[in-house]
Amino acid sequence: MSVDMRTFLAHVELANPITTAAGCAASGQELAQFFDLHRLGALTTRSITMAPRAGRPTPRMAETPSGMLNAVGLQGPGIEAFLERELPWLAQRGIKTIVSIGGGTVAEYSTLARRLADAPGVTALEVNLSCPNMEDRGRVFAREGSAAAEVIASVRSIMRYDVPVVAKLAPDVADIVSVARACVDAGADALSMINNPLGMAIDTEALRPSLAAVTGGLSGPAVLPLAVRCVWQVHAALPGVPLIGVGGVMTGKDAFQLVLAGACAVGVGTALFHDPYACLRIERELEELLRARGFQRLADAVGLAHRPPGSAPRHLLVDTEESTP
Amino acid sequence: MQVTGTVLTTRRVDAYHALTVVAPGIAERYRPGHFVSVAVGGPHTSMVTRRALSIHDVKADYGGTVELVFTARGAGTSWLAERRARDTLDLVGPLGRPFPLPRDPVHCVLVGSEYGSAVLFPLADALLARGCRVDFVLGGAGAERVFGAMRARRMAETTTLTTEDGSLGLRGKVTDALPSVIADTRADAVYACAPMETLRAVTAVGMEFDIPVQVAVEEAMACGIGVCMTCVLPVIGDDGATRMVRACAEGPVFRGERVRFEDVGTIPFDALGAPGGGARHVG
Repeated sequence: MSVDMRTFLAHVELANPITTAAGCAASGQELAQFFDLHRLGALTTRSITMAPRAGRPTPRMAETPSGMLNAVGLQGPGIEAFLERELPWLAQRGIKTIVSIGGGTVAEYSTLARRLADAPGVTALEVNLSCPNMEDRGRVFAREGSAAAEVIASVRSIMRYDVPVVAKLAPDVADIVSVARACVDAGADALSMINNPLGMAIDTEALRPSLAAVTGGLSGPAVLPLAVRCVWQVHAALPGVPLIGVGGVMTGKDAFQLVLAGACAVGVGTALFHDPYACLRIERELEELLRARGFQRLADAVGLAHRPPGSAPRHLLVDTEESTP
Repeated sequence: MQVTGTVLTTRRVDAYHALTVVAPGIAERYRPGHFVSVAVGGPHTSMVTRRALSIHDVKADYGGTVELVFTARGAGTSWLAERRARDTLDLVGPLGRPFPLPRDPVHCVLVGSEYGSAVLFPLADALLARGCRVDFVLGGAGAERVFGAMRARRMAETTTLTTEDGSLGLRGKVTDALPSVIADTRADAVYACAPMETLRAVTAVGMEFDIPVQVAVEEAMACGIGVCMTCVLPVIGDDGATRMVRACAEGPVFRGERVRFEDVGTIPFDALGAPGGGARHVG
């Protein structure tokens, strides 16, 4: 018996909960050499900016214990080229696409939303409020509820009602729940967490920072517990809000942790660098874990770890009742 | 494609390690210049990035084997150096764009420094098969760091060796010997794989003689498949605009004169999308 892996991102149905994390699948065409992208729940694009961006100087990457630092600086083609080449390629194939956008001002986010509002093939819009690589270091919107809410409210008012707006949150904040609540109040249909926390490594041979940009976003298994904590806290405070759990997912078990903490979808990022087939493997492993524990639907496991101590999992109770004559 | 390859043999080649791995799918699709990426540290590894390795040799035995050459520098490559026959390796490849080959039987000089030389041998095979004349210039810091001198001597019309300490061949760098080799062999093209600084000098020599130079760059990569965007370098496109392109997906082979070697490690101000407007101010 197979487990029903369908999930809903607001009102949009995804065939399974596994998505690529923003910035980890380039244009999508790179991964398509390895597997059929239709097998993803959705593909999240890199954060699209107004102008083309050359990104940060190299070295942009440093491997760290159970993770890596990156400082790519949102290298990308800009919205024009994205709408001309990358999005149509995905749309023509009918691949569910979550378009991530990044900007330096509220106006820039709004302009991006306006350009995407009428573009075919946008399944959902993810608003990158928190990329630590942005040159504009003074304004990381995700650091503060009101700044984040301003962006979300503006983007939400522009996007069509049937395209969910997802706010991507950073873990580098004192109170992620308050930022999450501000975004939801401003109209966010779903939340995605976590973006990379900032980290740093120093090259002990060269006696200087390993990255040209000095600091970079930490990703990989090292940040999984941080993601589980954030998803847990936000799901506890806002149980009705769909969450995409992202951060260091390498296996189905990691994804299952995020689901139990309250995520209805799971983003896979750094694992793709290690294994191009990671999304498919993780989906399969997650389904096996759910089946082994008697779940018939993924939805029954979402947030299940929040149940009070001593109570049995709901899905098992239902089973017993049905089997009583 | 991804292949779980079985290690057939391991050997030391001077200062370097070489692993022969049974990987039929990769061997079949391989063209000179391609590389592979290898997962290191075993199934529960804490090392999340793959290691990009050059292919030194491809053989048809056991359905297809590839020989990978590397130097043990960090934890990942040290782990690789400890692999023994029958161990399995997770390989993805063949990756990157291969060397373009000349249509006509021309004279080619192949320049390699340290273990960068490794990729030149399958290239030499392909060039010889097309009736090209092949001459090698190989170098390294010392005698034990010059890779493949014996094999080069067997294949090439002439082989020139250079070491910085003078322990083998001429004292100096490959680029010190290159001009006279190009002149003597009346070379029509140069192929090179070496550290960035050497490639820059090789390209300069090629431009002096007005012959094309194809370079294979060695950039640090995390994924090797074009998704991580960490292995970029500034390269001039057909339209004259400089873009930050990925060594793994658009490379690793480039036309030497297109690579802005002096700007590697920076974002040139006129690169497409450079901070502060970049290409918008050009022309």
